[in-house]
Amino acid sequence: MKAAPTRWFGAGMPRSLGDWATLGALGCFLLVFLMPIYLMVVTGLKDATNVSLSSMWNLPSYLSGGGFAEAWKKLWPSMLNSLFMAIPATIISAILGAINGYVFSKCKFKGSDLLFIAFVFGMFIPYQSIIIPLVKFLQTINLYGTVVGLIAVHVVYGIPITTLLFRNYFNGIPNELIEAAKIDGATLMEVLLRIMLPLAKPAFVVTGIYQFTNIWNDFLFGVTIVPNPKAQPITVALNNLSGSFSVDWNVVMAGAVIAALPTALIYIFLGKFFVRGMLAGSVKG
Amino acid sequence: MNLGLRDPAWLTYAQMFGTARWQCDLRNLVVFTILFLAVAIGVGLLLALLLDRRLIACDFFRNIFLFPYALSFIVTGVAWRWIFNPEAGVNLLFNALGINHLLASVGAPPLKPGWITDPSVLCPLNDILGKAFPMVNDLAVQIGIPVALIPVVIAASWQLSGFAMAMYIAGLAVVPHELREAARIDGASEWQVYTRVVIPQLKPVTLSLIIILGHISLKIFDLVFAMTGAGPGFATDVPGVFVFEQTFKAIRYNTGAAASIVMLVLVAIVIVPYLLRTLGRAR
Repeated sequence: MKAAPTRWFGAGMPRSLGDWATLGALGCFLLVFLMPIYLMVVTGLKDATNVSLSSMWNLPSYLSGGGFAEAWKKLWPSMLNSLFMAIPATIISAILGAINGYVFSKCKFKGSDLLFIAFVFGMFIPYQSIIIPLVKFLQTINLYGTVVGLIAVHVVYGIPITTLLFRNYFNGIPNELIEAAKIDGATLMEVLLRIMLPLAKPAFVVTGIYQFTNIWNDFLFGVTIVPNPKAQPITVALNNLSGSFSVDWNVVMAGAVIAALPTALIYIFLGKFFVRGMLAGSVKG
Repeated sequence: MNLGLRDPAWLTYAQMFGTARWQCDLRNLVVFTILFLAVAIGVGLLLALLLDRRLIACDFFRNIFLFPYALSFIVTGVAWRWIFNPEAGVNLLFNALGINHLLASVGAPPLKPGWITDPSVLCPLNDILGKAFPMVNDLAVQIGIPVALIPVVIAASWQLSGFAMAMYIAGLAVVPHELREAARIDGASEWQVYTRVVIPQLKPVTLSLIIILGHISLKIFDLVFAMTGAGPGFATDVPGVFVFEQTFKAIRYNTGAAASIVMLVLVAIVIVPYLLRTLGRAR
């Protein structure tokens, strides 16, 4: 996809009544959108004794670590699990996507376009529809319940989207470049390694961010493939934390903030690439 | 394990469609999809049009509106479950805003919905539909809008209307400004410029959004699971949760598999024509 030039910039001072009404409406939406985030952070900062349902909207009456210390103690092992799962899965699926995307874009064969559509359909298949054979298969090859198994599943499920992102990127690279290299005697593999991959750095960034966010935020694979609490990713650990009645709400909310932090930081610092991947992932041709 | 086919082979499906819980799931799926699409796409379009006036701090507004999209459905579910706790959250806001004080002064009962704990169903339609389609009378489920499902719709819209907004902003960028200028010169009011010129130009974006958000809605699982689970009287149960519970809690693989195939078929009906159209055209 050729990303449409988006008008992300520009700012004018309000002049007319309509302008002020626009700003007012935006301000109201802003409050609604920030409300859950405010609650998560503020509740997380309260002490257990200071958390009550009736005062949930108030700011903490004094500053303390609140629930963060306990949430971190409970969640950091699964935070590590998530990192050990998401980073390799992101890298491997991006590399496979780059190779596939190169083939679908520059080495077309009979039926390759149809095959590509079948590929992309893969990313829409509900996880639930493949979960029973998936679990059986992982048990057969002894990867059930392991982080390696989880990585393998995320790699396979990631191939459609990474292939799509790289194919679209490579479509923008002129064929003449490849023709010229071929005339100079380069093989397909050499073209991929020497020309395409070095050119594809921006695509690796976009795909990497997209995949990391998706894999980090996944829940269903984590909860079904890894029954052992010690090996579970953070989304599963957070859900368990919030489902247990013995834990205070300040801890749960602090845990939600901790679980959200990596993808939130990516969004804040690399938002441009995040948006690019998001729009390209929506298959707008 | 007996892996032979059942007799008749579709028996599992027939039994599943006969249960009240699966009928609830289908009702919830339809209600959730309609409400969620309406809210998320409506809010997304409104935000994009408001931001399109490019006033001060529009970058900041846009970044905040898109932010929830970067979060996990589990985080969203955990946070919103607390907001819609009937003893706290929004109900406290109703008190703080003086709504209940106002209601009490006219002798009305206070506004205190049970939200995610409320099993009741709004706008029951069984009688009306039953007259038109007699088969509706055989259903074991109350057709209407389950109260407990409304908070889930709000949470899902909170997370995804920013995505709709971003898609519309990208779409607006390719609507030529001359088109609007021409309409204004022809004497169109500002309202007409939007309803007659800009929004019709955005139709392809709207179609994409219906399909992408629609398929998310068909697959929804994490958010419901973290927020309410099956809910009171299956008021928030959806096929995604049903498959999970049948397969891994009740260990009824056949029912779980049947439900998951229904999900797959629904998603395929929505997605395949779309893929053939958007990707096939690019050939």
